[in-house]
Amino acid sequence: MFRNKYDNDVTIWSPQGRLYQVEYAMEAVKQGMVTVGIKSQDYAVLVALCRAEGHTNDIQRKIMPIDSHLGMSIAGLTADAKQVCQYLRTECMSYRHTYEAAYPVSRLVTNLGNKMQPTTQRYDRRPYGVGMLIAGYDLKPHIYQVMPSANVMNCKAMAIGARSQSSRTYLERHLDSFLYSSKDEIICHGIQALRSSLGNDCGENIKITIALVGKEQTFMTLSDEECIKYLNMAQTLAKPDVQ
Amino acid sequence: MLNNYQSSGYPLWSNGPTPGGFYNFTGGQQTHKLPSELVTEGPYGTKRNTSSITTGSSVLGIRFDEGVMIAADTLVSYGSLARYQDIHRVFKINNNIILGGSGDFADIQSIKRNIDQKMIEDQYYDDQITMKPKELSSWLTRVLYGRRSRMNPLYIDVVVGGVDKQGVPFLGNVDLRGRAYEDYVVATGFARHLALPLVRERKPADRDFTAQEASDLIRKCMEVLYYRDTRNMSKYTVGVCTTSNCLVEGPYNVNENWTFAANIKGY
Repeated sequence: MFRNKYDNDVTIWSPQGRLYQVEYAMEAVKQGMVTVGIKSQDYAVLVALCRAEGHTNDIQRKIMPIDSHLGMSIAGLTADAKQVCQYLRTECMSYRHTYEAAYPVSRLVTNLGNKMQPTTQRYDRRPYGVGMLIAGYDLKPHIYQVMPSANVMNCKAMAIGARSQSSRTYLERHLDSFLYSSKDEIICHGIQALRSSLGNDCGENIKITIALVGKEQTFMTLSDEECIKYLNMAQTLAKPDVQ
Repeated sequence: MLNNYQSSGYPLWSNGPTPGGFYNFTGGQQTHKLPSELVTEGPYGTKRNTSSITTGSSVLGIRFDEGVMIAADTLVSYGSLARYQDIHRVFKINNNIILGGSGDFADIQSIKRNIDQKMIEDQYYDDQITMKPKELSSWLTRVLYGRRSRMNPLYIDVVVGGVDKQGVPFLGNVDLRGRAYEDYVVATGFARHLALPLVRERKPADRDFTAQEASDLIRKCMEVLYYRDTRNMSKYTVGVCTTSNCLVEGPYNVNENWTFAANIKGY
């Protein structure tokens, strides 16, 4: 899959009209661990699969809170993700200081997309190697998918990362039930979607992170005990569905 | 190598003639000097004008159950001269916000231009997200406070009002020093002394004003201000902002009654 001639620079088009550097950046997202985002009428939920504990002391953070009404889950280069997170946090803080209000989520992601686009066009920069699922709440919940191509998509539900196609299939199958799901149900759906993308080497015990934001619920990452509680709940609730 | 030299900001030489500038060949005293008004420092070392020239007088805002009303007369004075008599000082900013400006009118026009540019920015995002009155009030506070901290104030006293997306009315007052204040009645200038107590006295303890009550109070206060504030005139406009509509009405006229003048003796 090496197309050597047109892939050195992001400013070079291929004869088929493709930018290979941008596509290679999307591959970096597919290397990251899977993460799922779903929204219901009142809540937006992010569920992320954590790297198995082993070599490092700290667990790699996949879900980053940005403001009290907004947070994101990442897949790809963590260093790039931290830069983007820093930018979003600064923007939100600055907006709160000036306007004493929460940054409207759609505006923020539009500005993020506009900031990422030059990296796909200038010779002296490269695309950000991270895909993000941004969950936010302002009058209603939002899930936005932002990719290295600077594409921003408003989603009802989405999954990105390694083997995420299986998660997306699960989400598509259950799409109609998300809108009126309760908080617990929507989290369980997220966990079940995540389970679809597990590789063969993951056992029954997986480590996940859950975060949610919604009506009268500021962006909150659940504790380890709560994550285990929901893991068990998902197991019992959705037994017929798990193939 | 030499490409970025000009943009690096370093002058090519110093202590010599500046191209395009007047060079004093004979040396010694400078022959061209700026007028003293422009170089004399003001109090506290200020170098910019902190007084107002053409001014608008009072603005009054009243919040009622469904929205807000902001009234101001149509006069811009030049000191004590009633110079511009048909100036609308209450503006519709967007479908949720109205703003009444008093103080130096040039500064009002300047900040209004900035605010209009902000509204245009909102429009070209094309996402149906519009600024709320509290957000505009907050932004104005930050701007005015920053200007006063740099000893270069915008000499204005502004009433901002409107309704937010959930239909909750907002009414606030921001002044030249960046002091912000929210209440069911706010006023600037002489209205603060004459109209505020009048409205507060008539406020029912357990509920908001109705639209009719607010309207009557505005009419009454404009009348009082016309009789008692010497920098007012009888013509005024009223901005009304509710969930269903937002517009500036007028100009209206105060019901003048000068028959008592016949009884005045001694002048």
